[in-house]
Amino acid sequence: MKIYADNAATTKMSKAAIEAMLPYLETYYGNPSSLYEEGQKAREAVEKARADMAECIGAEPGEIVFTSGGSESDNQAILSAAAIGKKTGKMHIISDTIEHHAVLHTLKKLEKEGFRVTYLPVNENGIVRTEELESAIREDTCLVTIMYANNEIGTVQPVKEIGEICKKHKILFHTDAVQAVGHIPVDVKADHIDLLSASAHKFHGPKGVGFLYARKGIRLSTLIEGGAQERGKRAGTENVPGIVAAAAALKESCGQMSETGERLKLLRDMLIEGLSEIPHSALNGDPEKRLPSNVSFCFEGIEGESLLLLLDDKGVMASSGSACTSGSLDPSHVLLAIGRVHDVAHGSLRLTLGDDATEDEIRYMTVAVKDVVNYLRGFSPVWRDLVNGKTKFIL
Amino acid sequence: MALYSEKVMDHFRNPRNVGVIEDADGVGEVGNAKCGDIMKMYLKIVDDRIEDVKFETFGCGSAIASSSMATELIKGQPVSEAMKLTNQAVAEALDGLPAYKMHCSVLAEEAIKNALEDYYTKNPDKRKEQ
Repeated sequence: MKIYADNAATTKMSKAAIEAMLPYLETYYGNPSSLYEEGQKAREAVEKARADMAECIGAEPGEIVFTSGGSESDNQAILSAAAIGKKTGKMHIISDTIEHHAVLHTLKKLEKEGFRVTYLPVNENGIVRTEELESAIREDTCLVTIMYANNEIGTVQPVKEIGEICKKHKILFHTDAVQAVGHIPVDVKADHIDLLSASAHKFHGPKGVGFLYARKGIRLSTLIEGGAQERGKRAGTENVPGIVAAAAALKESCGQMSETGERLKLLRDMLIEGLSEIPHSALNGDPEKRLPSNVSFCFEGIEGESLLLLLDDKGVMASSGSACTSGSLDPSHVLLAIGRVHDVAHGSLRLTLGDDATEDEIRYMTVAVKDVVNYLRGFSPVWRDLVNGKTKFIL
Repeated sequence: MALYSEKVMDHFRNPRNVGVIEDADGVGEVGNAKCGDIMKMYLKIVDDRIEDVKFETFGCGSAIASSSMATELIKGQPVSEAMKLTNQAVAEALDGLPAYKMHCSVLAEEAIKNALEDYYTKNPDKRKEQ
């Protein structure tokens, strides 16, 4: 059996997305800025895609700027809000400790430029406490950037409450919604979101395409200088096939969202229940407020990379927040932020289900993970010390 | 391009000399769980020769493979030869390791040297003979 359980890393393109893009590779390959038919057809397709995608998140078409993906959108959103703040001397930003590096590294850059950033801690389930957020607001706060849902532990933040707080205090609110858009309902108006980042390859669209939603009236700064594409907000000839495919993928994902979500939740909880039977293990993230596809665990006494390699041998493609899989010495900052100590964070596993996941696959993965964890614990000196009482179990 | 060589994957999937020697003559442990790698080596030494060697490892694929290969390289060897084991020898025998995984071979070398040191500490007369 071959199971792709790394859908938070990327997803397979949908048939609808592939079919939608083909005419723009083969026939209407013109530049959307050109006046002849091949160009104008491409222009129409881009604008249709913009309208379709806007509708999926409750935005107006004019509020969508196409980008190369989630990271670019995060960069542009945050740098734009910072530039707006700086004009009136507001140089304080509020974020949290479990953001994606596209957000964290952009904030680090701003800190070097003199901005002050408050990184809110999260609770043990990875959720930002809204009362802490509100009390962190200062007179010079220009931006709150809190992700919609976490890529590693699947936690969904109280976005609507955060949006309301920001609205009340007249502070811009950006959310990295890369893991949420196309998977759980996102409504920028209802949630009072000012800026939102999304990436097409996370919802069965192509890689290298994303968008930034910026509420009407918010002046975006440019990251890329050049032509007047995207109303001057993002230079460069539009990735027409990619944009068209992204819109087809999102439309399909949003159309099936409630049905797929309900089905995946059942499968997710079945997998969580199965893996919870492994002694000295723990679910990472909130059991309720989590993405329908995300299962994240820590297993004491083993290391994540060897777990992944052996699961791969069994046909299960997964990921881990262990240091060895990232090429750094520290395990995932997200796992550390929810209070997993290094020893435990090294033994993490993330399984993110595809829309077509089946009960059979869940059963297979449950057995595979149990077998591999048992096998690795069998010759782990850490596990031996734990079992012999030389060291104390954490989980 | 796979992450690891066939040799690394072979030693990772089928590690040699896994386990514990209860009455070991020398035991060495290196690394810590905080950094994500721990290796423990057990040596049985008879007539100045590594008669048996076993290991336990908590760590990534290359840590397990490096431990396994290191035990293979010293098993049956005179203690004096085992003392000369280098991390390069371990890495080369595995047909190379990715640059950021070289520290795994270093740990394997250190674990064996720690175990030999333990043996010498318990048998100081043996050290003089060296």
